[in-house]
Amino acid sequence: MRATCWEAPRHVAVENVPDPEILNSNDAIVKITSTAICGSDLHLYNGFMPTMEKGDILGHEFMGEVVEVGKTVKNLKVGDRVVVPFPIACGQCWNCQHEMWSLCENSNPNAWMQEKMLGHHCSGVFGYSHLLGGYAGGQAEFARVPFADVGPLKVPEGLTDDQVLFLTDIFPTGYMGAEMCDIAPGDTIAVWGCGPVGQFAIASARLLGAERVIAIDRFPHRLQMAREKAGADVTINYEETNALEALKELTGGVGPDGCIDAVGLESHAPGIEGWYDKAKQSMRWENDRPIALRHAIMSCRNGRTVSVIGVYSGFIDKFPMGALMNRSLTIKSGQCHVHRYMKPLLQHIINGDIDPSFVITHRMSLDDAPVGYDIFNKKQDECMKVVLTPH
Amino acid sequence: MASQQRIAGLGTEVRSDRAVPARAGTRATSFADREVKPAPWHSSDFVASEKDSVTNFLGWFSIGLGLAEVFAPQAVARLIGLKEDEHTTLLRAYGVRELAAGVGILTRPKPTYWMWNRVIGDAVDLKSIRNAMEAEGNDRAKLKLAALAVAGVAALDVVSSMRLTSEASPAAGKDPGSYKTADTDTDSVIAAVVTVNKPVEEVYNFWKDPRNYAEFMDQMESVHPTTGGRSHWKVKAPPGLSVEWDAQVVQDIPNQLIRWTSVDSTNIDSTGTVRFRTAPGNRGTIVSLDVEYKPKGGPLGAKIGKLFATMPKTQMQNDLRRMKQLIELGEVVKSDATAVPGMHPAQPPSAKELEARP
Repeated sequence: MRATCWEAPRHVAVENVPDPEILNSNDAIVKITSTAICGSDLHLYNGFMPTMEKGDILGHEFMGEVVEVGKTVKNLKVGDRVVVPFPIACGQCWNCQHEMWSLCENSNPNAWMQEKMLGHHCSGVFGYSHLLGGYAGGQAEFARVPFADVGPLKVPEGLTDDQVLFLTDIFPTGYMGAEMCDIAPGDTIAVWGCGPVGQFAIASARLLGAERVIAIDRFPHRLQMAREKAGADVTINYEETNALEALKELTGGVGPDGCIDAVGLESHAPGIEGWYDKAKQSMRWENDRPIALRHAIMSCRNGRTVSVIGVYSGFIDKFPMGALMNRSLTIKSGQCHVHRYMKPLLQHIINGDIDPSFVITHRMSLDDAPVGYDIFNKKQDECMKVVLTPH
Repeated sequence: MASQQRIAGLGTEVRSDRAVPARAGTRATSFADREVKPAPWHSSDFVASEKDSVTNFLGWFSIGLGLAEVFAPQAVARLIGLKEDEHTTLLRAYGVRELAAGVGILTRPKPTYWMWNRVIGDAVDLKSIRNAMEAEGNDRAKLKLAALAVAGVAALDVVSSMRLTSEASPAAGKDPGSYKTADTDTDSVIAAVVTVNKPVEEVYNFWKDPRNYAEFMDQMESVHPTTGGRSHWKVKAPPGLSVEWDAQVVQDIPNQLIRWTSVDSTNIDSTGTVRFRTAPGNRGTIVSLDVEYKPKGGPLGAKIGKLFATMPKTQMQNDLRRMKQLIELGEVVKSDATAVPGMHPAQPPSAKELEARP
């Protein structure tokens, strides 16, 4: 089959690789109809996530048709149309049984690697380095989906791929980011990063009843989408104004009630702070550039919550612990427990509360994946979300 | 009294009927019974002052030399072969340095800093003597003797300083009441632990059948039960090398512990103990395994012993993780990269690669 493979930093190629086979009894093989490039794939693309190897198949946002099932699979049959959550979760361990799916205790065969870096390990993830299990990803013609009875969600008749594809990752991730802010009526929520996850964090804060949503980014087209499509009331372009001061002015001096970091480890800032982290990261003196995280903490209203859904890989520098401790802030974080949110969010889509397809800006065939990565990474052509069709 | 607690991220209320204050009270009482000590005013009060004799000697040596250099610099100069009138100021300065080091060494509970200070002083002294030997009018023979004397003391200084540096804090090893992990450098025991989300009976029954062991122990080719609580263990070994033994169950307490030891083995003695207990809050069963390998004599035994001695804890941890998967899921979980041995990219293994796997 054809699959998008990581070759080296900033180099992906569509190659011929073996077709997937059933390896575990609860596997299903899915013929992929739609798959997307995620902002977090760019961290792999740019070489910031360790343990990538030449030939690794990328992609963790995919959906398609079941073409084969393992002998213990009960919930799915050949021909079912499914969306697949990006974390691989067994459903039987303590964490899965307590709805912490991205912390599955059994799905990462390379757990020991993560334990060395993170203390404890997380679940496996499709197409996201050997550290996260070494699973082939879904930017391909076919994918093997382990724990087919646990993860995949059957798509009801009448919904298009575009409407449900983002249940795999970015919609639930944005939603969990908003949910972690414990939004109460009257709350103002600020979202750093207006990429696709940020757009869904904004839209979800709206769904969860935030009174006001403020969006922060540096690209005018993203901020425009935040205002016009996702439902932000105010947007701030941090390259044109001091975002921290603007947030104080917009919130009567107290700061937003919830601050969502939807940026992660490749954050930018004008001036000295941006250069400082860029230099440290390029010399491997810190893994991640935590600029948006610092700003989210510094802006947050006393006693409220900073919610981190942008991806971080390891160690960061100049973390404002004093602000966190002295101002009674809470920090909440996590890889999204997608399984928890798929059904309720599908219901929102069916109800017409939201149509997630608004983030799509580019459509390509699978063979053009390298072009998709390139323009998305360079933010060219107002690229926001690339959807690939393999067949 | 019921207390309520919300587990982060779960959205479920957990009710507990335990009265929290009563528990805190129990603890306070037990501490109140203890003898009350006066508040220490300096950290050294915690430390038994047990300096070794060499360090003490070097401290007094510093004092003696320092006094001589400060109060009788001419006599010192004469002794080591310098022109008496030229170096008095420098010698007095060196004397002050020696006195400071001496006082530091004798008064500090752990004079690591001051001992290294002496080492640096020795280096300065040797350099000064070398300079003096190149200058006109000094007695080279005497200077040579002085250099030898300094070098001898310097050797003592270095040894003593390095010992002080490598020594753990003086309080180390004095807390038998606290939990410690096995020392992998000195103990020949490898230990690992995992929590399985099943009742203790189910986990114990899994371990009762030795046929299950090779399913998760990466190094085992097969483990077969024989008779009378015995089993035959065969290690995956390179061709030509066969490592196998019989093991006898020596202790078996249902739902708590199984211990086995190797018998009639030619190369290796091993004892393994697996313990089971219900995790706090009934959150599954904690399984802890420790295995001790003792190679028997002979070159082969030594070779095999080395193989096992370097078996990392990580490998045993991975064994237990596979055991957890077998009990919770009925099979070992495979990713595309880990389904076949060796390094493999995260793409489906080919039919050929899958056939070749053991």
